[in-house]
Amino acid sequence: MSHSLLTRIWMFYRDGFREMTLGRTLWAIILIKLFIMFFILKLFFFPSFLSGKTTEEKQQYVGEELVERANP
Amino acid sequence: MFEHIDTSLIDWSRAQFALTAMYHWLFVPLTLGLAVIMGLMETFYVTTGKVFWKDTARFWMKLFGINFAVGVATGLILEFEFGTNWSNYSWFVGDIFGAPLAIEGILAFFMEATFIAVMFFGWNKVSKRFHLASTWLTGLGATISAWWILVANAWMQHPVGMAFNPETVRNEMVDFTAVALSPMAVAKFFHTVLSCWIVGAVFVVGVSCWYLLRNRQKEFALGSIKVGASVGLFAAVATAWTGDISGVQVAKLQPMKIAAAEGLYNGGNGMPFTIVGDLKVPKMLSILATHDIEGYVPGINNLLEGGYQLPDGTTALSAEEKIKRGQIAITALDAFRKAHKAGDETTASTARKTLDENVEYFGYGYIKDPSHLVPNVELTFWSFRIMVGLGGYFILFFIIVLIMSKKEKLAYMRWLQQAALWTIPLAYIGSQAGWVVAEVGRQPWAIQDMLPVGAAISKLQTGSVQLTFFIFLILFTVLLCAETGIMLKAIKKGPEETKNRK
Repeated sequence: MSHSLLTRIWMFYRDGFREMTLGRTLWAIILIKLFIMFFILKLFFFPSFLSGKTTEEKQQYVGEELVERANP
Repeated sequence: MFEHIDTSLIDWSRAQFALTAMYHWLFVPLTLGLAVIMGLMETFYVTTGKVFWKDTARFWMKLFGINFAVGVATGLILEFEFGTNWSNYSWFVGDIFGAPLAIEGILAFFMEATFIAVMFFGWNKVSKRFHLASTWLTGLGATISAWWILVANAWMQHPVGMAFNPETVRNEMVDFTAVALSPMAVAKFFHTVLSCWIVGAVFVVGVSCWYLLRNRQKEFALGSIKVGASVGLFAAVATAWTGDISGVQVAKLQPMKIAAAEGLYNGGNGMPFTIVGDLKVPKMLSILATHDIEGYVPGINNLLEGGYQLPDGTTALSAEEKIKRGQIAITALDAFRKAHKAGDETTASTARKTLDENVEYFGYGYIKDPSHLVPNVELTFWSFRIMVGLGGYFILFFIIVLIMSKKEKLAYMRWLQQAALWTIPLAYIGSQAGWVVAEVGRQPWAIQDMLPVGAAISKLQTGSVQLTFFIFLILFTVLLCAETGIMLKAIKKGPEETKNRK
């Protein structure tokens, strides 16, 4: 019964994607956009500023920054 | 303001965040607004059995799909920026921000991804009622996502339900309910979501009027206008009502924002509301801000000088005093961390006590001059007038459209059809202006009273922020052009009629 339900869900999605018209263009836009966001922007332009630091180092860094910026 | 940080870095970081948020907000309101309208149309189909409503709902669903596909995930860029450009802020807010955003991400993915598939693929494959439920649940999923985003934003406007831990330099959530259901979050959610319904309604009425102007799909257009304008009128009135609730909260919790939105330098009791220039409505500002005709509304100078009586009977502190207490809090944080690291717990305990006593003024310790506490008054003032003025216009617009539609005159009133078409950009302008008031009006704060933008940003090269600013500008403009192009093509094609329609 559960196998049959899974098959029906699979066929529902498969047929839905096959019958798409405008949806193909929209999926192309979504995939290109996600590729640009995650494989270009995130990777090359938006690394986490605190990455590479341990939790203690992050606490230390931000703690020092917050004190330093108040006391020129 | 910050000698350690180039002020142009602060400005570019803010500009970059504003750009991405504003572009993201071009997509969100239409998604939330169309979700309600197409849900209602499909409900009419299921309850009356008229295929006309099915075709009508399907057409608006197609436009919803275009907008959703182009807009989806554009909000994630804001999260990239938190990690890269706003690292101090991201660390400082801790799990307060993380929890709502994580819930938002999971809900958005599972609810929207599941039911949107049934909504688009499920016609003739699932029962009418299951399909209808999926359509409403798609809209509900998007709306619940908006709730958590707005909870996070409301917390920045009025931080509640947390405690600052000087050991970790993070705010830790101590009361989830206080964060999720803070009055600021509730008011902001209803005001924002209802305003999105206005955008959806204006879009439906405007596009439908385009068909009337072209003498095409008259029955479809008039049917859509009736639903769109009804939703629009309800939403416009409800947005004004929730705006009033929001206004009282802002006056109490962010009085500088109200003073800037009014261009009010010297406040007092029974204050008038400025429409423009010397055109004023007597007592109206006091009524709007305090719900009391003689209520006291402080101006910018009063807020900086302090000394007036607060609603709880205490006396307002001056900006100088708040700055002094903020500096004490930051010095105590430094002393606590040094003592704690050295194992001197007695000194650490004393410093912690001092910090706790002054922590509510923590952010003021970064302010070098009281004048830096005043946001851009002109921008806030005019954005507020655009938002309120357009809100009033939308109420009038929907009333006229509904009356003319009921009298069956709308199909022949070309001036009103053209006005409806040109109202579409006004809906977006009104929506954006609302966010300008909310965000510019609370500057210099990233988190109200706790962290100014200059302390919140990462120490990056200004050039790298400028570069990503222009990358986003190009990327989002391309996306917007794609959306507009595909949308216009779909609109020109028009709705598809079901064969053997009764």
